[in-house]
Amino acid sequence: MTAISETKPLATPTAVPAWFKQALKMGLIGGIIAVLIALEGMVQAFNTRDIVSGVVSMGIIIIFITYFATAYVAAAKSGVASPAVGLIIGALAGFIAALSLVVLIAVGQVINIGGMIISATPELYDLLTFKQGLTTGSLTILLSGLGIGLAAAIIYLLPKAIRQALLYGLVAVLLFGLLQDLVRVTLSDFDALTPIVKFLYTSNGLSNEGTIAVFVIFVLGSYLQSTRGALVQSRVAALPSPARMTLKWTGVVLGVVLLFLMPVLLGLYLTDVIDTVGIYLLMGLGLNIVVGFAGLLDLGYVAFWALGAYTVGILTSPQHATGIIHNWWLAAPFAIVVALFAGVVLGIPVLRMRGDYLAIVTLGFGEIIRLLAISDFLKPWEGGAQGIQRIPTPAIGPFQFVTTQLNLPILGQTPFQPQQMYYYVIIGGCLLGIFVASRVKISRLGRAWMAIREDEDVAQAMGINLVVTKLLAFGLGAAFGGLSGAILASKIQSVYPQSFGFLISANVLSLIILGGMGSIPGVIVGALALVGLPELLREVGDYRYLFYGAVLVVMMLVRPEGLLPEARRRMELEEPRAEEVSASTQEPVRATTTEP
Amino acid sequence: MPLKIGGKLISLTDVAMFIIGGLILALVVVGSIATLLHGKYTARQWMDLVVFGVALGGIYALIALGYTLVYGILRMINFAHSEVFMSGPFTAYFLADAWGRSGFLDQNPVIGLLAIFILAMGISTIVAVLLERIAYRPLRFAPRLVPLITAIGASFFLQYFFRGLYGPNIKVYPDVPALKGNITFGDLNVTYVQILVIVASFLMMAVLQLFIMKSKTGKAMRAVSEDKQTAALMGIDVDRIIVITFVLGGALAGAAGVLYALMFKQVSFTMGFIPGIKAFTAAVLGGIGNVPGAMLGGLFLGVAESVGPNLFLDGLGIPAPYQLKDAIAFTLLVLVLIFRPSGILGESLAEKRA
Repeated sequence: MTAISETKPLATPTAVPAWFKQALKMGLIGGIIAVLIALEGMVQAFNTRDIVSGVVSMGIIIIFITYFATAYVAAAKSGVASPAVGLIIGALAGFIAALSLVVLIAVGQVINIGGMIISATPELYDLLTFKQGLTTGSLTILLSGLGIGLAAAIIYLLPKAIRQALLYGLVAVLLFGLLQDLVRVTLSDFDALTPIVKFLYTSNGLSNEGTIAVFVIFVLGSYLQSTRGALVQSRVAALPSPARMTLKWTGVVLGVVLLFLMPVLLGLYLTDVIDTVGIYLLMGLGLNIVVGFAGLLDLGYVAFWALGAYTVGILTSPQHATGIIHNWWLAAPFAIVVALFAGVVLGIPVLRMRGDYLAIVTLGFGEIIRLLAISDFLKPWEGGAQGIQRIPTPAIGPFQFVTTQLNLPILGQTPFQPQQMYYYVIIGGCLLGIFVASRVKISRLGRAWMAIREDEDVAQAMGINLVVTKLLAFGLGAAFGGLSGAILASKIQSVYPQSFGFLISANVLSLIILGGMGSIPGVIVGALALVGLPELLREVGDYRYLFYGAVLVVMMLVRPEGLLPEARRRMELEEPRAEEVSASTQEPVRATTTEP
Repeated sequence: MPLKIGGKLISLTDVAMFIIGGLILALVVVGSIATLLHGKYTARQWMDLVVFGVALGGIYALIALGYTLVYGILRMINFAHSEVFMSGPFTAYFLADAWGRSGFLDQNPVIGLLAIFILAMGISTIVAVLLERIAYRPLRFAPRLVPLITAIGASFFLQYFFRGLYGPNIKVYPDVPALKGNITFGDLNVTYVQILVIVASFLMMAVLQLFIMKSKTGKAMRAVSEDKQTAALMGIDVDRIIVITFVLGGALAGAAGVLYALMFKQVSFTMGFIPGIKAFTAAVLGGIGNVPGAMLGGLFLGVAESVGPNLFLDGLGIPAPYQLKDAIAFTLLVLVLIFRPSGILGESLAEKRA
């Protein structure tokens, strides 16, 4: 589309060049986004965390990123004719985006919209104007928009290697600022590294010198990688085979050791975050079998999580007459079997359904299970709305899940909490899940699933038994959910029906979509990004669901194959794009017929 | 695994499905008979439940029309329609609240209510049109799963967008003094709100039906839903018709939202989720893509949900049957899709679409 408009920029009779309109349009879109971000209350919510200490907070950074993206996209979309025009486009788009915020502030001064929109408070205007009063503040906003837009356009116009390096540098600063807790805690385990931490960080956010250091290191690193990376790779490839094997195995061993030491290195809070990520990762692996491998969109996946958790609760909690198994390890297989069985049983009625019908019915199943769990009907067995408490920990013989003191070689005396012990159960579950999923994927069954995903009728014609294959997908996927639920029940030592809403299903779906449907590394990345990140940034709170929604929409629009796509999936999703192109070429014909 | 019965091949899946469905139906019948034999409720109580069910059904039908219209044309479930339904009354709450306080609703109930309706319908329409433009139009030729996932994402996004905008609390719609009180027909008490809901929803359904059957745009809509490409060749602007479909669906959902708010007196950002799924059930029940079907399905579902807990769940000895009223709708959905996926009035298209 843009390719057509840029070839004849002066097609319109008015003298306004097309790039000007483009910049105006992009600026307005960016401005609306910035205003909505402000009205959603994100600026206030994220204001407490500084990215660069005393200079810029996370709340303001979001607005700045909006300007930057607006200007960058505007410059990229207009297919810059000359560098000067590119600079003007970027600056203009950034300026207009900033102008929208000024308009918001002006409107806010005249009309009190705070009664309706809860975040439109004087505090918001104060933050937006950098606490400099209305006039100076508004000028600062406009200047920042102009400056950031200009910078974005400059970066866009630079040669590719430098552009990438600069972008990586900016992203690195952002990540170091966002994940300051993670970096700080990990580094401060080692006394030798304390000076580095002190240099990089203040009590809140990166220090000024730290920011520059991170930026420079990552820009140089990325630049060297893009110019010399191929050389290093070819050198490694040229190494004799045994040396390469040594290199590979050193990496593997290092990774395993790191994985094993993680809870000690990360400390209590971060281990807890990793635990949550792991529980969702396990669910993601299961749903990935159903949605990613077999292409059956299941929106009621949380039901199996609930079933796993409830099975363990009912079997082990001493508060129930049925609590006869007091060992979690014996109860967990039951949870897996119950979930597997439920997956198959719920799969039977939906065998004939495809796509959207399947999604709605599975959503209905999930809700029915939750409603049954909450109701008084089943209360005598599973506690109704009060849930089940006193679920035992996965103790092994004399080894109990209680706080102990460890005496470690480098780290010295460290307390070792139950959450840190759960890490090993969870990581064990995840490794098992990854192993099973990746083996099944390349098996005969896995290939049958992919055939069904691509075309059910053709798959059947090729001799694939649809009933058995689909039910195995539902069952195996559900089993993963059951295991995850069993671990969850034991970790929080209780089960409440309120924890099993549709939100969980949507959360798991988002994480596999972000990573890429059908891709196992994608599930890991998705879980880290969509579960780990919001857990680390506590102030994200309920905005996380806003992000999940946005992730689903944006990924489908921009990159439906996901961040780490599976090769076969990418092929599948690219095919229809070709159809789209041929369809859009028909458009002019249609346009002429509609204007008689 | 086909099974040969009477010379016909019947797959085991069908057998299993019929057994599951038959069991549920048997439970319903047994429960109903038990309740009726017990005589726990008087005829008047039943009538009250039915009237409530019809009013509720009218609201479901209005929302269901939005699903059905979009499905008829784009062959996709507009999962975010429940948020279109929520956005209107949630925004109009602020107008209603201000006028409720100032006494304007007391003095000019007709103008006040009309303005609230128009505002809610307008906001819902804007949301629906933006949804189509931003989330669905670029994906019109994508594989089926892609727009569906987009719709789920959009639903989430809108829910939490409005939460961020207006806050997470449940907001209480003001009482409209003119709608207090009720009329008695013999033994039957009907509140003014119920009358308003029933009359307004039936009126809108009738207008919509007329619009689709009689107007030129309605004809174009039917043509597009039959075959997009041929319709385009006949000189119909398909994009415009799709936008009009979303406008109609959005306006009806906004009106349904205000009726819902008048009936249940509260709005919040999650208010759309459950009515949305139920309205979808209603649309499927009547035959998705079929306009009179959606109306029929809505009414049937409303009455089933209102009468059902007392009728058959109570008879089965389930304590607090009202808690499971939502489960009735979902069970009904599953049953319909098993036994008659084309719905009550649907043509036998479901085989290839469902």
